[in-house]
Amino acid sequence: MLYREAGQFKTTYAEDQQIFPIRQDRIAMALLLVVAFVVVPMIANQYWLAAILTPFLILALAALGLNILTGYAGQLSLGTAAFMAVGAFMTYNFVLRMPWLGIIPSLVLAGLCAAGVGIAFGLPSLRIKGFYLAVATLACQFFVLWVLQRVGWFSNHSTSGVITAQKIVILGYEFVSPASKYLFTLAVVAVMALAAKNLMRSQTGRAFMAVRDMDVAASVIGIRMMGTKLLAFGISSFYCGVAGALYAFCYLGTVEPEAFSLDLSFRVLFMIIIGGVGSILGSFLGAAFITLLPIILSVLSGAFSHVTGIEISYAVLSNFELIVFGGLIIFFLIVEPQGLARLWQITKEKLRLWPFPH
Amino acid sequence: MSQTRNVGDVILNVENVSLAFGGVKAITEVSFDVREHEIRAIIGPNGAGKSSMLNVINGVYHPQQGSITFKGLTRSDVDSHEAAKQGIARTFQNIALFKGMTVLDNIMTGRNLKMRCNFLQQALWIGPARREEMEHRRQVEEVIDFLEIQHIRKTPVGRLPYGLQKRVELARALAAEPEMLLLDEPMAGMNVEEKQDMCRFVLDVNDHFGTTIVLIEHDMGVVMDISDRVVVLEYGRKIADGTPDEVRGNQKVIDAYLGVAH
Repeated sequence: MLYREAGQFKTTYAEDQQIFPIRQDRIAMALLLVVAFVVVPMIANQYWLAAILTPFLILALAALGLNILTGYAGQLSLGTAAFMAVGAFMTYNFVLRMPWLGIIPSLVLAGLCAAGVGIAFGLPSLRIKGFYLAVATLACQFFVLWVLQRVGWFSNHSTSGVITAQKIVILGYEFVSPASKYLFTLAVVAVMALAAKNLMRSQTGRAFMAVRDMDVAASVIGIRMMGTKLLAFGISSFYCGVAGALYAFCYLGTVEPEAFSLDLSFRVLFMIIIGGVGSILGSFLGAAFITLLPIILSVLSGAFSHVTGIEISYAVLSNFELIVFGGLIIFFLIVEPQGLARLWQITKEKLRLWPFPH
Repeated sequence: MSQTRNVGDVILNVENVSLAFGGVKAITEVSFDVREHEIRAIIGPNGAGKSSMLNVINGVYHPQQGSITFKGLTRSDVDSHEAAKQGIARTFQNIALFKGMTVLDNIMTGRNLKMRCNFLQQALWIGPARREEMEHRRQVEEVIDFLEIQHIRKTPVGRLPYGLQKRVELARALAAEPEMLLLDEPMAGMNVEEKQDMCRFVLDVNDHFGTTIVLIEHDMGVVMDISDRVVVLEYGRKIADGTPDEVRGNQKVIDAYLGVAH
């Protein structure tokens, strides 16, 4: 009843093309930002900030990057973790070798390096599509990790292969506590999500979607195939690169190739499939689903054994969680193949009419 | 209709074009011209090479032989991006809309060549990108008004009925403000009312914007009513060319459509 747009008239095209054309959405978004920036750092404990919320935000950013490429531009990629690794290692090297640069420019430059790698491995997309492209990007995944392991320069000739990430310092302030790392991550993610939304609602985004939906028609109305696909690879890898840097610097605290295995690529891919392919919101919902659900399940199973008094061994429990997790993924895909974002959209459409459906 | 179309000089000249896919000859030595502001129809039985001809004109296919002169610029090999830049827009036989996007976004893509902002400005949104977006939105709204599709502008095209999708496709082509519009069977699969609507839109476009129109159509009534001149193809060869009345009386055309007793 509260959620409806009655009485909100749009008199200019600018008003009609806002990100949130409905006032209630704008209020909700503002509240969400206030909660995320102010309330959460005050009430959440160290564990939640460092082990749950920060990785959730970082993986959401990586999912957003992949969504730009796969969801909007329609190019399947399994190289997400490789682009993230490039971002992480290059940030480490920029901070190490050019300390005067500062962390933000280092992040941007590392993102650009990842974008360069992405564009190079996006070149096959001009010739091949679908599964075959996925295999080509799979090669990227293995190749990049191999290079990062073998070429000593990237890890500053560290013998163990595991390097400690430097401290994030901005204007003399050190981001050491979980809360400050969380806020740093949140700020980066918020800015980049806004930029992605802007991009996707303007000509670049439309060109991406045009290439995804019908490439012949797109080229006939003057969209360049090559430029558009490579731009999609570039922007997507930039996002993944920054996400990778945050993953190493704000979450793991170490920079190591093992953290960016194929497993991570698949996790990010699952996030966008479950969250919603071709949706900014979907990237966040998918990341939330994949990172939070195992925790909720373990809390639930803990509560279950507490209430019933049945002691379940840890091994059984963790396997049981995996089974439930997999089952839920299949369930969601059957109920709504277009992901949680679509489910949310349907809910909103229903809410606009509720409780008078006619 | 009270307007008198002032058909101008030759805008497009197709000269001696041949196109083959391996051993299959789709088009053999076809020549014809299109004058400015006219409605030119290409007809012929199935498989005559009509759609291939349009694909050659806007650079989707590259002919092995012959040349195409558009606005005084001769080219034998051009890509579709170049053709779009020169002012050729088209619609497809099987609707080629972007299914996942709304009607408005589909039509906005038609204006991509007119947009100047780069992706960094667009990511920032505030400033030039926003101004540009609004300016183009205004012009797209004019096309939407013109084709009477205001009520569906926010609908994803996948949910629209066939007839409306065809109209949206025309809108997308028009949004590019083309000088020449290639329509590949714009009325196929429509009922009588939808056909009448579409005819009206085609004539209005031609009248209002002075757009030169090349259209492929199977409905002979439509072709004879709205076109100025007609090219007839059969098995990739041109068998007749002239005003509707001339073509209608041509024995070869009658034979091609009705068959000949051997």
